[in-house]
Amino acid sequence: MSVPHALLALLSEGPKYGLRLQNEFESRTGEVWPLNVGQVYTTLQRLERDGLVETDAGEGERSRKLYRITSTGDRELADWLRTPPDLLPPPRDELVIKVLVALEIPGTNIHEILQVHRRHVIEIMQRYTKVKAAAAEDDLPLALVADAELFRLEAIVRWLDAAEARLKQRPSLAPAAVADIPLEPTHPMEVSQ
Amino acid sequence: MTSALELRHVSKVYGSGPTEVHALGEINLSVERGELVAIMGPSGSGKSTLLTIAGSLEGATSGQVLVDGADLATVSRSDQARMRRRSIGYVFQDFNLLPGLTAVENVSLPLELDGVPSKAARATGLEAMEELGVADHADRYADELSGGERQRVAIARAIVGERGLLLADEPTGALDSLNGEAVMRLLRAATQRGVAGVVVTHEAQLASWADRVIFLRDGHVVDQTVAPPGPESLLTTGDRR
Repeated sequence: MSVPHALLALLSEGPKYGLRLQNEFESRTGEVWPLNVGQVYTTLQRLERDGLVETDAGEGERSRKLYRITSTGDRELADWLRTPPDLLPPPRDELVIKVLVALEIPGTNIHEILQVHRRHVIEIMQRYTKVKAAAAEDDLPLALVADAELFRLEAIVRWLDAAEARLKQRPSLAPAAVADIPLEPTHPMEVSQ
Repeated sequence: MTSALELRHVSKVYGSGPTEVHALGEINLSVERGELVAIMGPSGSGKSTLLTIAGSLEGATSGQVLVDGADLATVSRSDQARMRRRSIGYVFQDFNLLPGLTAVENVSLPLELDGVPSKAARATGLEAMEELGVADHADRYADELSGGERQRVAIARAIVGERGLLLADEPTGALDSLNGEAVMRLLRAATQRGVAGVVVTHEAQLASWADRVIFLRDGHVVDQTVAPPGPESLLTTGDRR
């Protein structure tokens, strides 16, 4: 989330005080991104230094300053809205790494590991869905933020499902890993929970 | 308290000998009124079989299925059909509306089959359609409705009368994501009014509308979600990365 650009966007509607910017930022992002007032003023200072916003009064108490966007700020905002976010290189995905590592550990029940993560992700999805279900019908920001999280999490579940299907198609992977374990009698007590 | 649906040690085997297929093994499941349960699993995991057995559309090889405490396998076929019509509503992926009937005729059909006079059946059907926001389309034929409207009508048909159990198999079918969400909201609202709901799906977003998600693999329940903490914790505990 780019706080500077979010503030520029709010200022593009007209001049505002810092405190009002903080309130509007939080309400328009579905109150999912808390922002403290100190962060707002530090960011505004930087925007002013870069000529993207300006104030009427040069000096004085920061809470009394009315901020407005400059024409350079308008251009910067328009450019930012059209610049795709950086999707490359891919983030280091901890879950992918865990599954890859699990494949290398002899005797690991990979299906059980996939299921632990699937359940965990779906439990988080249930929470976001509750947010959406409880949200006022006209709360568009909250619905959009919840949707974004739900689609991101759903992609993880779909990846886990695909991983499971791929493992089933290639049973050779599992025996190769299991072959390294010394053959011992099984202990039923260990698996019955 | 009697559960709206209870499966006890339910197994299902198709065929015999070398072609024997174990579709379900030792399923134990209770669903209470007011609860929406999702059953998730890959294709072939047995989730649709579980639903048809829960709805007594087919019998289990062993084990018991109790709907509101009654074991449908122990009553005559005609009583079974009547209990099924009165207690259980079904929603299918392809809606299964009868094309020669209007929307309200589709909705009130189960009641008429049950001997309710057609005028009274229509009135009850309209009430259900009202709840789902499709009463305006009562006299239109199924093929004159959009996909989303058809599915609302199908849900109205499933909840019409005093049904206590709502079973849905991939109920959002080919609907787009917002229409799919609307269907899940309606199913959730129906269960919150006191119906027990079971929805089969392979989609995590749809399953996340349920109070409880049960994971099925190769005919066995392998896992289920635990009641999640309230949604407010997402916003206040710094849960975000």
